Amino acid sequence: MTETDSTPNRTAPTDAVDSVDAVDAVLDSLDAGDGLDGYNYAYLDEHTKREVRRSILKAIAIPGHQVPYASRPMPLARGWGTGGIQASLSILGPDDTFKVIDQGSDESVNAANIRRLAGNTADVETTTDTTDADVIQTRHRIPEEVLTDDQILVLQVPITDALRKVDSSDASNRRRHAHKNYGKMWVHLYENVVEYGEINIAARYPTMVGGRYLMDPSPIPRWDVPKLDDADNLFVFAAGREARIYAVPPHTSVEPLAFEDREFQVERFPDQSCRACGSTDTYLTEIETDDGQRHYVCNDTSFCLKRQDNEELPKDHHLDREGVDWGPGTPNNTTADSGGDAE
Amino acid sequence: MSLLEAEGLTKVYGDGCAVCLDRTGDRAGTNQCPICGSVVACADVDLSVKAGEVLGIVGESGSGKSSVAELLALDAKAGHTDGAVRHANHEGNLLDVDYQTRHELQNGEISLVHQHIRDGLELGFSGGGNVAEKLLSAGWRNYEEIRERVGSLFEATEIPVDRMDDPTSTYSGGMQRRVQIARALANDPNVIILDEPTTGLDVSVQARVLDMFRRVQREEDVAAVVVSHDLGVIRLLADRTLVMRHGRIIESGLTDRVMEDPHHAYTQTLINSVI
Repeated sequence: MTETDSTPNRTAPTDAVDSVDAVDAVLDSLDAGDGLDGYNYAYLDEHTKREVRRSILKAIAIPGHQVPYASRPMPLARGWGTGGIQASLSILGPDDTFKVIDQGSDESVNAANIRRLAGNTADVETTTDTTDADVIQTRHRIPEEVLTDDQILVLQVPITDALRKVDSSDASNRRRHAHKNYGKMWVHLYENVVEYGEINIAARYPTMVGGRYLMDPSPIPRWDVPKLDDADNLFVFAAGREARIYAVPPHTSVEPLAFEDREFQVERFPDQSCRACGSTDTYLTEIETDDGQRHYVCNDTSFCLKRQDNEELPKDHHLDREGVDWGPGTPNNTTADSGGDAE
Repeated sequence: MSLLEAEGLTKVYGDGCAVCLDRTGDRAGTNQCPICGSVVACADVDLSVKAGEVLGIVGESGSGKSSVAELLALDAKAGHTDGAVRHANHEGNLLDVDYQTRHELQNGEISLVHQHIRDGLELGFSGGGNVAEKLLSAGWRNYEEIRERVGSLFEATEIPVDRMDDPTSTYSGGMQRRVQIARALANDPNVIILDEPTTGLDVSVQARVLDMFRRVQREEDVAAVVVSHDLGVIRLLADRTLVMRHGRIIESGLTDRVMEDPHHAYTQTLINSVI
């Protein structure tokens, strides 16, 4: 609950006092309505929410398949998370707790504003703690802490079709999807290995969902791709500009494309640990300080804060079972390879 | 039974009418229907190819050779088609199969070398990538094995192996043609359709491409249908030859017989004009 709703300090030049007063008056009149006046619950009208939910249900029924929906204009530009907002607002109810992250950070302007929109219009609790949230909207990351079967992760998607990288024609790509004809994407991987010696796709790594559909997992780092496989939670991918929704239901196989002898690899951070919390098993990003030094820090800020309090905190600390397989950095506490998942 | 058989292959561009087929062809002297204006690209074409045999199709520009080649390669696009293509390893008419089966056939048993390089190759991909696409589509997933296979196909088709990883757009015309042939051979098809294999190549490159193809064709014992307007190409490659005009087959026989003793007046003119 680090919501900071403090009024910005409005100091304006004296010749603009009148207009500032007018703006203040408008803001006051909006504030007086407690957020919900004049808006439907959760901002969107009921027909829109029903449409989005129907598309989500269809997407769950056909894992990895892109389902079209009537994407509405939202109070921010398309490409800034409008698909994610529509999906989140359609599935949120008044009893839910909502978290929004933008590349791992709860505090980015866009994340804070989306969280506030939901808080104002859908009357939900907001949080920055991954384990407290019922619905998490995210841009380009999957949290480090393991998600559970009563959580939904909504991912914002800029480009819905993995094949667009190899062919710009959506019509022929839809045909390829219909016939599971992914030869061209494989050639792209082949050429990648020819050029770099390994598959060198930083984000939007192409994945096969349920052995059937090739899916763009949104620009999450490779680090997060293994988390999609056989997860307990539901993943909903929503694109506002392209008006497509797709999903990975719980316990669906999600396999990154790779060759038998050139396997899929996650990012490597040799000899690096988080500057703030010392973690070596999280996805790190490089930052440059004002004096030109370079440091590595955790990308998932809320988990980093928890690690700063407790260095040993495992990623599945909130579960009553151990040895959960959640991406590359999850320590496997069980001695046996199997049986760790038994409840 | 022969490997590949076609019966009554017909392709009409346009709406078509009841008399299209009667009012076109060799006797009518045109391939365009005078009543409805539809173009009868080919009609009533019967042919068969035995395993390891090379069949030549020769004729002037617009005689319907390429339409026959596209139908045989299951690559027909717009237009009304009729007739049947049968393959020894498959039941039924291959012109009626669904997309999936057609895709499998084109990746496995029947390969087409397109007349236009741009139809057959992805010029942005490397030459090796273009050949690898066929293997990857057929389910190859081991990188080293793919590299090895592509390398040996490059050697067989006499493309410099060091150029394997360069973009296909930087290849010369003759190399692009050879990449197409390497690609066509990738999955060991039992029949290859070559549509104008030497178009746009200068004479010395033509000779090398043809020599290469003749050698590979014998070594791999693959059947082929070679479509060309060039009698020299047909004479060099084909065991048997069909002569087409205005969308119809007007003469067929062993290549030597057709060349030395042409029966049809048009064939006689064709051969005399070359010599």
